[in-house]
Amino acid sequence: MSLLRVENVTKNFGSLTAVSEVSMKVEAGELMAVIGPNGAGKTTFFNLISGFQTPSSGRIIFDDEDVTRLLPARRVWRGMTRTFQITEVFPELTVRENLQIAVEVASGFRLRLWQSRDAAAKVTARVDELLDMSGLSGKAGRLVGELAHGDQRATEIMMSIALKPRLLLLDEPTAGMGDQETYDITQLIRKLHRDQELSIVLIEHDMRVVFHLADRIMVLAEGAMLAEGTPHEIAANEAVQAAYLGKAAA
Amino acid sequence: MIDRLYWKYAADALIWLLLLTMPFWLNWVGGYTQLGTQIVVMALAAMALNFLLGYTGVLSFGHAAYFGLGVYGAGLTIKYLIPSTLTGMAVGVLTAVVAAAIIGLLIVHLRGIYFAMVTIAFGQVFYFVAYRWNNVTGGDDGLSNWNRMPIDFGFARLDILHSPVAFYYFVLFFFVVSVAIMAALLRSPFGRTLLAIRENERRARFLGIPVDRHIWLSWLISCTFVGLAGTLYAFLNNFADPHTLYWEQSGVFVIMAVLGGMRSFWGPLIGAAIFVALQDYVSTMTQNWMSFIGLFFVLIVLFFPRGVLGVIRRKTSS
Repeated sequence: MSLLRVENVTKNFGSLTAVSEVSMKVEAGELMAVIGPNGAGKTTFFNLISGFQTPSSGRIIFDDEDVTRLLPARRVWRGMTRTFQITEVFPELTVRENLQIAVEVASGFRLRLWQSRDAAAKVTARVDELLDMSGLSGKAGRLVGELAHGDQRATEIMMSIALKPRLLLLDEPTAGMGDQETYDITQLIRKLHRDQELSIVLIEHDMRVVFHLADRIMVLAEGAMLAEGTPHEIAANEAVQAAYLGKAAA
Repeated sequence: MIDRLYWKYAADALIWLLLLTMPFWLNWVGGYTQLGTQIVVMALAAMALNFLLGYTGVLSFGHAAYFGLGVYGAGLTIKYLIPSTLTGMAVGVLTAVVAAAIIGLLIVHLRGIYFAMVTIAFGQVFYFVAYRWNNVTGGDDGLSNWNRMPIDFGFARLDILHSPVAFYYFVLFFFVVSVAIMAALLRSPFGRTLLAIRENERRARFLGIPVDRHIWLSWLISCTFVGLAGTLYAFLNNFADPHTLYWEQSGVFVIMAVLGGMRSFWGPLIGAAIFVALQDYVSTMTQNWMSFIGLFFVLIVLFFPRGVLGVIRRKTSS
């Protein structure tokens, strides 16, 4: 059974159709990349999956449950987390505090008015583990807002990981980054995918990243699905080449 | 890092020391005990507002409503029902809590300026009720001819009615308890979800925090302590003034919080002290004391957007 099934989702904004009849399946443990030219509807498609927007028609099935109209927080509770194209962190808190909040929420402590020493120690241990995993240990005490873009993004990803998701949605994880930062984030995603056997769907512009990471690729163009397959198949697909090269030539 | 902690403890200790000894030195600097009591009451209200404003990132311009409900709840109880200070307090706080809980449900989905506007609108409703319902509330004249009652413990009697110093410590006791509760809440996992909402609501929601519910809780906590401050304010004056319900009063709480620094726990206390002292001093010289406070406020906001404490803190950390 697929972890995520998107069935014929459409999203209209007035007379504009941003996403048209798109379907997708993501298996457990798979890393799926969604690519496409600017304005292809990738981010809207993502917003529909994560509950940031609701589809005009179609269904979204997560782990055999229809989540089409569930609020974002409820999808998170069911194991679906996401990051944003523009990094969404808590800028005036430290890296440690950012992760601490995520871990506490994930541990079901969000309404606790006090914390036993034992519970606090467990939270700290988990935060340390996440810091280690991401290589952010040395920056744990710094305010996230003061960090470089790549480290902010890594913090955001680790906050999502703190929730122990079964599906992680990454919206352009390397957007606006230099080569080294792109490399670091790519390595982090790869590690999470391999070591944690995490299912990931990501939108990405950087084709090196996509072909390096993805098990399968889906191509969107003008709101509709153009092609879907392994990186190999997509690279050889003429329609895809036309869509990209056509845009470039025009 | 350790240096900063020492500074923090030293500052905390200094503030508590000043508060505990206030009746003994206030006369020396030109004040009087009731002025000190007023500072503590207003500080409690401003710190309660700041629980919502500074730590949850939600601006309410209608906290006077819950302050005033505390004032009238206490006053009406003592005047018409039972001449008991503590019963008056309980009724005042409970009235504020119930009103805040219901109104909160209707407004927590709103954000920013819309939230602020609606809090004003609901606040004004209570003001007009107090203003119009002459034969019960005294209307524009306020509710007078009642007073706080000495407190009988059975084995001892605390005469807060005739001894201003005893009343000061009575108020300070509730201040200490309230502030300790708010500080503990802010250090709890729940408190950190409020910081999360202040910092980035979208991220908070996508961590799985039901943001509206947490804002409602923060609002309720904030209004509870503002209501408590209201009951103490009623006892301070032995009078319930309809202007405590007026939206201007809400503005005063916001000014106090911003003046002192809304990102620091003690900021609103400093803001309240400055505001009350300035008001007391300047209003003896001119009717237009509000203009001076306004001018001072504008200068602070323009040059020290983090408030008085924000400036001091920056100086010590750099």
